[in-house]
Amino acid sequence: MREIVFLLNGERVELNGVPATRTLLDWLREDRGLTGTKEGCNEGDCGACTVMVSDGTGTRTLNACILFLPQLHGKAVRTVEGVSGPDGSLHPVQKAMVRHHGSQCGFCTPGFVVSMACAHRNGRHDFDVQLAGNLCRCTGYAPIVRAAEEAASEPVPDWIAEDCALSAAVATGFRNGASCMAPESADELAALYAAHPNAVLVAGATDVGLAVTKALQEPDRFLFLGSVQDLKFIDVGPKTVRIGALATFAEVGDMIGDLHPGLGELIRRFGSVQVRNAATVGGNIANGSPVGDSPPALIALGATLHLRRGKDRRDLPLEDFFLDYGVQDRAPGEFVEAVSFPRQADRLRCYKLSKRFDQDISAVCGCFSTRIQAGRVEEARIAFGGMAGIPKRARHVEDALSGQEWSEATIRAVRDAWERDFTPLTDMRASAAYRLDAARNMLMRAFLDDHGADTHVLEIAP
Amino acid sequence: MSVGTALPHDAAALHVTGAARFVDDIPAPDRTLSLAFGTSSVAHGRITEMELGDVRAAPGTVAVLTADDLPGANDVSPSVHDEPLLSDGTVHYLGQPLFLVAADTHLAARRAARLGRVGYEELPAILTIDDALTAGSRFEEGPRVYLKGDVDAALAAARHVVEGSVEMGGQEHFYLEGHAALVLPQDSGDMIVHCSSQHPSEIQHKVADALGVPMHAVQVLVRRMGGGFGGKESQANAVAVACAVAASSTGRPCKMRYDRDDDILITGKRHDFRIDYRAGFDDAGRLAGVDFVQYCRCGWAQDLSLPVADRAMLHADNAYLLPAARITSHRLKTNTQSATAFRGFGGPQGMVGIERVMDHGAHHLGMDPLDVRRINFYAAAGRASTGSTSTGPDPAKRTLQTTPYHMPVEDFVLHEMVDELEETSDYRARRAAIAEWNSSSPVLKKGIALTPVKFGISFTLTHLNQAGALVHVYHDGSIHMNHGGTEMGQGLFQKVAQVAASNFCVPLESVKITATDTARVPNTSATAASSGSDINGMAVKSACDQIRERMAAHLAETRQMRPRNVQFRAGRVQVGADEMSFAEAARECYEGRVSLSATGFYQTPRIQWDRIRGKGRPFFYFAYGAAVSEVVLDTLTGENRTLRTDILHDVGASLNPAIDIGQVEGGYVQGAGWLTTEELVWDQKGRLLTHAPSTYKIPACSDRPDIFNVSLWSKGRNAEETIHRSKAVGEPPLMLGISAFLALSDALAACGDPYPALDAPATPERLLNAMNRMRAP
Repeated sequence: MREIVFLLNGERVELNGVPATRTLLDWLREDRGLTGTKEGCNEGDCGACTVMVSDGTGTRTLNACILFLPQLHGKAVRTVEGVSGPDGSLHPVQKAMVRHHGSQCGFCTPGFVVSMACAHRNGRHDFDVQLAGNLCRCTGYAPIVRAAEEAASEPVPDWIAEDCALSAAVATGFRNGASCMAPESADELAALYAAHPNAVLVAGATDVGLAVTKALQEPDRFLFLGSVQDLKFIDVGPKTVRIGALATFAEVGDMIGDLHPGLGELIRRFGSVQVRNAATVGGNIANGSPVGDSPPALIALGATLHLRRGKDRRDLPLEDFFLDYGVQDRAPGEFVEAVSFPRQADRLRCYKLSKRFDQDISAVCGCFSTRIQAGRVEEARIAFGGMAGIPKRARHVEDALSGQEWSEATIRAVRDAWERDFTPLTDMRASAAYRLDAARNMLMRAFLDDHGADTHVLEIAP
Repeated sequence: MSVGTALPHDAAALHVTGAARFVDDIPAPDRTLSLAFGTSSVAHGRITEMELGDVRAAPGTVAVLTADDLPGANDVSPSVHDEPLLSDGTVHYLGQPLFLVAADTHLAARRAARLGRVGYEELPAILTIDDALTAGSRFEEGPRVYLKGDVDAALAAARHVVEGSVEMGGQEHFYLEGHAALVLPQDSGDMIVHCSSQHPSEIQHKVADALGVPMHAVQVLVRRMGGGFGGKESQANAVAVACAVAASSTGRPCKMRYDRDDDILITGKRHDFRIDYRAGFDDAGRLAGVDFVQYCRCGWAQDLSLPVADRAMLHADNAYLLPAARITSHRLKTNTQSATAFRGFGGPQGMVGIERVMDHGAHHLGMDPLDVRRINFYAAAGRASTGSTSTGPDPAKRTLQTTPYHMPVEDFVLHEMVDELEETSDYRARRAAIAEWNSSSPVLKKGIALTPVKFGISFTLTHLNQAGALVHVYHDGSIHMNHGGTEMGQGLFQKVAQVAASNFCVPLESVKITATDTARVPNTSATAASSGSDINGMAVKSACDQIRERMAAHLAETRQMRPRNVQFRAGRVQVGADEMSFAEAARECYEGRVSLSATGFYQTPRIQWDRIRGKGRPFFYFAYGAAVSEVVLDTLTGENRTLRTDILHDVGASLNPAIDIGQVEGGYVQGAGWLTTEELVWDQKGRLLTHAPSTYKIPACSDRPDIFNVSLWSKGRNAEETIHRSKAVGEPPLMLGISAFLALSDALAACGDPYPALDAPATPERLLNAMNRMRAP
């Protein structure tokens, strides 16, 4: 038996014997009768199930549909029912939503209200970003943003502000069971995973969540990683940047913009706020997806992957980790501890291409790091997602560029090299021909960006 | 008077607190079962075996039903009984329900439903428009054709002829609340159905047929939907009927909600179309004639495809006088989801056809597309009635102001509206500035387009243009209001409550809004065709008028006065020198044994329509609007964004300007989404690959225009006697999104000389392909 303890809208909840994959959403709706939190997609893409989760490090939004109850141990959860005050008084964002006609059918509204209340609490005014993970089919968003803007200047209500502090006293150690364990250090994780190499590692659950809610998989052993504090770090050293496997994209995004603005912007478009608050860099690498957005950027930065199995550690160039579609160079019981890359002058350009700018999976994600000396390409590191079964370097293109004049003529001249690097697939996101075309054009964009041309529609003001 | 006031949605406070109950939020009785469908994995075939032992043995399974187990009609079709609830042995699309699992929990039902082992004898699947044309696979015996004038002669004589073809994809509704129903069996075998449907009477009818009982044995309630957009007009039948047959079979309450992927795989979407066109113009840009061939992909069952395809034909003119026209419509049957109603109901597709012709013609002539549009507008209202002629710019060619289906256009207000919008949006100066900007921007190109909307209001199936209402005044002065319309977020309940409150001159709080209920108002039409407030508002008004007249008569009689001396004003009633509160008046009438309950009824006047001959007056009136969109396009990748949109829309005299503006803003974004990011992709086996929001991309927050100026036309007033002279607003604004699509076409036109011939949805890939075509030697 295990015991999960957390605060729900300010009240202590203790759960025993719940299945490890019981989602917060199902539990709220089916067991607690809290039906304000809605199921819109059951895969973390629509935000109708958004809840606020606080701990000692802050308050953030998460999608309850792909959030397993054990992940909440020691946290404070606030649902739409708890956004209003204990006396029923409306939160400033709720009042503004009524006043600005921000709800029509009302089904997405609870999720919006929670996202808005969290942005309000955190003093965030970049509403297009803060609300990118909440879909609305009725309003066209304009009145919702007007409401968010109006509420921004109102003070944060006490009941929202106090969750972080209250969560600190909620619970200590998670009681491990046979099928559900929660190590508290990398060493403990290493020992448990070596002993149970078939266990499923759960960090943010943005990927495993779908295996459960959509593929209906029922794994029988889990290692929940939320308490492994020593893998949650981002070290910016004088020579190396080292990112712990359990650093979330929200955390990395906050930090990386100063070093590599292009990667910061790429991460801004990675999933949504809710997804970035959960998803970890280690997970994005280890699941080996051909369309994960962080590997191409990290490969272009010359990243090294740090793996560990038991007490054994090994390092390898990140690109060598990805062997084939769905196959990585990772032994049973081995896990990603960290990824690192050299401190370097920023040359990184990241281009994410998708049908929709926000919260979409890349059709093509191209990352370029080219060092130009006296008008010639001294070194080019180019890596792509969406162009092969794995995140992959464009080695033929790199070689063809190397030593050449950095010019439009050169870019045209290396045209044929692309097909030696990539034979992309046609799928629902894009055709093979378009992917190749766009990849080639991204190199041209990298060149034009170096010369200050306007090449980004997102940077054009009306 | 609350009519005309910008009040919030009636449930706004419930929405924002999470208290608003949707079907799946209704507390279900103990022992309620959850249902899931087992679905087909091939697009076309005969079932050779269906082994369901593992399904029955799965943990939590209580019952498994196949077509053989159904007690009554195996049919959820809204039209011609061609749509079984569970396959009758043939599979017509990938995702078709084959069997039904009832289990203790939603998750148990979903898990069990995947354990069926089904064998098929696969048959060739007809997936595309071309497949269907080749195979002659269609609904109706052949194409429908509307004719006006001699189009062949007009084209032969025209100075300029443009021809081409435009494809436009379908659209998933993506209502945030998926389909759901909860059915409670009663002691007599009767059924109470809670569901998320735009058409409760249809649910009642289908459930009754499925159980083999009269309609009186089934009561259907719909308090609210989490979005509908047409997707819950006929598509809600299956979940409700499934719950009813399972409840009948097990004797237990049953609920069902589709997981999102199931919802997208099982239910119908907007029809995709290809429209081929040939159009003749004179040197001034005036149309001589147009020949359209519309190919409409209907999917496997007829559903509502005939009226959808009809409405596409009926909007092939949009705002333009077509002196000669031939509109040919092919309704093609394919092994894909059965396409269904979606906001606009074919109108948007037909409209894209003619707007494409305007754009193409202007490009050919080197004119501003706005000038070509304007010169072809119908004559302004007041200058054209039946038999009168245009006073347009070319009096020598005076033409009757009739549509290609021979209906006179008598209320045309777009000249004035477009003049106003052109001015307020600064269209001309911005077009010049864009040309300037483009000349110095090699990679990014901007584009702009102003497009109008004229949308016909009424169901084209004439008998549907009726509505009923039930109003009670209680003796404390509170008012219970019920009507046949359903609330899906469009604010109908609030608008109609405002009508009722205004009728009695009482505060809105006096009026209780209640769930749509087939036991209170019978034989209702779907809340569709934008008709909700028009017809239900009139029905409620009629009921209120009757009660008010009875009250006035009684109050007058007891004071020996005439009823006209009774005044209802600001929550009070004045009878000569006497004045009392509305509650006191109600109490006095009650004690005077006056009936304070009335049913109201309304039938839309003036309409008659022959859909086969394509002649008559299918519409009571037209709703109008216009939009200007400006976009920026990346010629390296096809990525694009809408920078600014200005809209002027005519809702007549608005019942509630806040709700109406919400419909216009939301409709525009939904329409722009249809034509840009929203792409449905099927593979070669007929499997829909974009069956979740991870792959099907509706607009997100940042996709709305950076600058978004939306105004209701201040001079709007319906020329017809509608409820307080308002106009329908549900569907028309969706077509304002066409301006975003044609602005992209305009940006493409800055990349080279050939006409861009852009198809929809204009994904980055389609835009880059168009550019590559334009640049090809």
